[in-house]
Amino acid sequence: MTTIKTPRTRRPRKTGRRHPLASIALIAVGLLFTGGAYAAFSTSTAVATTDSSSQQTIAEGEKLFAANCATCHGLSAQGSAEGPSLIGVGAASVDFQVGTGRMPMQMQGPQAQKKPVQFTPEQITALAAYVASLAPGPAIPAAELLDAAAGDAANGAELFRINCAMCHNVAGAGGALTEGKFAPAIENVSAQHIYEAMITGPQNMPVFNDMNITPEDKRDIITYLKYVEDNPSPGGLALGSLGPVAEGLFIWIFGLGAIVALTVWITAKSN
Amino acid sequence: MAKDDNGAEDVTAPDSPGEELAPVAASTAVVTRDSLVNPGFPPHRPRVTDLDHKEERKAERAVYTLFYVSIVGSVFAIAAYMAFPIVPEDPGSVRLNNLFIGLGLSLALLAIGIGAVHWGKALMSDHEGVDERHPVRGTEPVRARAVEIFQQANEESGFGRRTLIRNSLIGALVVFPLPAVVLFRGLGPMDQNPVELLHETMWKKGVRLTMDPSGTPIKASDVTLGSSFHVIPEGLSEMEHGRLEEKAKAAVLLIRMDPADLVESDERKTWSYQGIVAYSKICTHVGCPVALYEQHTHHLLCPCHQSQFDVENHCKVIFGPAKRALPQLPIAVDAEGYLIAQSDFTEPVGPSFWERA
Repeated sequence: MTTIKTPRTRRPRKTGRRHPLASIALIAVGLLFTGGAYAAFSTSTAVATTDSSSQQTIAEGEKLFAANCATCHGLSAQGSAEGPSLIGVGAASVDFQVGTGRMPMQMQGPQAQKKPVQFTPEQITALAAYVASLAPGPAIPAAELLDAAAGDAANGAELFRINCAMCHNVAGAGGALTEGKFAPAIENVSAQHIYEAMITGPQNMPVFNDMNITPEDKRDIITYLKYVEDNPSPGGLALGSLGPVAEGLFIWIFGLGAIVALTVWITAKSN
Repeated sequence: MAKDDNGAEDVTAPDSPGEELAPVAASTAVVTRDSLVNPGFPPHRPRVTDLDHKEERKAERAVYTLFYVSIVGSVFAIAAYMAFPIVPEDPGSVRLNNLFIGLGLSLALLAIGIGAVHWGKALMSDHEGVDERHPVRGTEPVRARAVEIFQQANEESGFGRRTLIRNSLIGALVVFPLPAVVLFRGLGPMDQNPVELLHETMWKKGVRLTMDPSGTPIKASDVTLGSSFHVIPEGLSEMEHGRLEEKAKAAVLLIRMDPADLVESDERKTWSYQGIVAYSKICTHVGCPVALYEQHTHHLLCPCHQSQFDVENHCKVIFGPAKRALPQLPIAVDAEGYLIAQSDFTEPVGPSFWERA
């Protein structure tokens, strides 16, 4: 019995939980929630994934930005003579440029080239969250807009021919632009990066916003590109899908070469 | 007439080992002192198939094997046609069908050709000889006889004498091709003047700018900075006939850039809207669609012959074979905020033509 009594005697102390600092702690918790909710709300237009907009990720991204990007883009992403301002470019732009290895740029040139990715996916998410927190911009697309299996390849092909094929080639093999610039090949590019390129218009590519090509149409374009990638050319060797240049070169070298060889053989004396 | 006039008196090369030199009388023989002497043939070298009976058998075997291979190739092509049919909706089946039929047919033809050449080179007689071309001019009696034949034909037919018949025949032959002119003219546009057609497009005052291919009208607010829209006139996507002909003239590229970047002449100040400009997509060189737009340099590149146009400066030509700037479409915004054309293009679009003023 005495053993039961002893906690009883303690109880009054336990029920008096209101520590002198309790109210302060409550206010602090309340403030944190409101602040967090506000931050989540204010960036929800910019970032689709909620976890990437948490204050911690943004802080992480800011550190990465200061260490890797600020030299050219400025400490607060305001831009400099070396690089453009990143205010308002959105998470999609960061995910595309950093996720394809184009940024950080290796050297100044006609255009930033694709190269091995320099950051982990978590770091890219953090960087994207930081840039998106500066000003609203195009967000990273939702997964259902990237599902190539759900799209209509025929519609995508028509839109691709009208809007994209003049630079990127009708089979997405890429092509030359002016003064050393080029439209890259779109083979083996992830659906997310294709989508992000359309909404952000990286480098000299024009922007194709959702009023121009709707999100569903963008998904159809991705479906078409993946279809071309997965299905072999019905006409045999595609030769890089470059059309008359590659095919003409092939027939000049091998076709005419065979004719010359046969001619030499026919006219040579038998031994 | 095709028979040999020279009575088989063709000359053979003097050094030809195959033919004996034509006999020449001692009195007419001339010693040539020309520096150019016919070098004749190199000494005859017999082939291995002439010397070695085994090699001959081997070559024979190779030739008939090649002909048998050709038969195999033909049979293979027939079998491939049956084994790899073209399945509708399956492009992969076309590839297999073409590949294997092609392999069989090329084997069949190549083997015949290679076998025949090998036969000729290795087994047929390797006698070397020259047949010189006989003179083109016929002998005098032959020429006189030819003239005689023509004269006789003229007399007997009365071609030169009955001039009325002759001239009416010539007249009939001249008129005979005329129906073809009418028939071929009928293939072209009949009730339209092609010069006028090239001068005007579907654009006119108040026609909305719509998206290619859907025909959705475009609001000025939809065209964000850096955007490029591929534009057709309102109503074109619903056209039943002549849609492509109209599109080929009316296709427009719509671009929005920072208004500060635009350098506009005074008379064209009102042709753009808050940095939105519309230009004909048809190259002024030979009419390829110019749509390779670079967002930062504001240059348009034509993929056919690398003409470049500067969108900042009314699409002036800055490189390449094009001679004229791309025509600009004057645009405005209607009460609902949609982009509309102020008028048609003020000059004919596309490449030059004879009657272009």
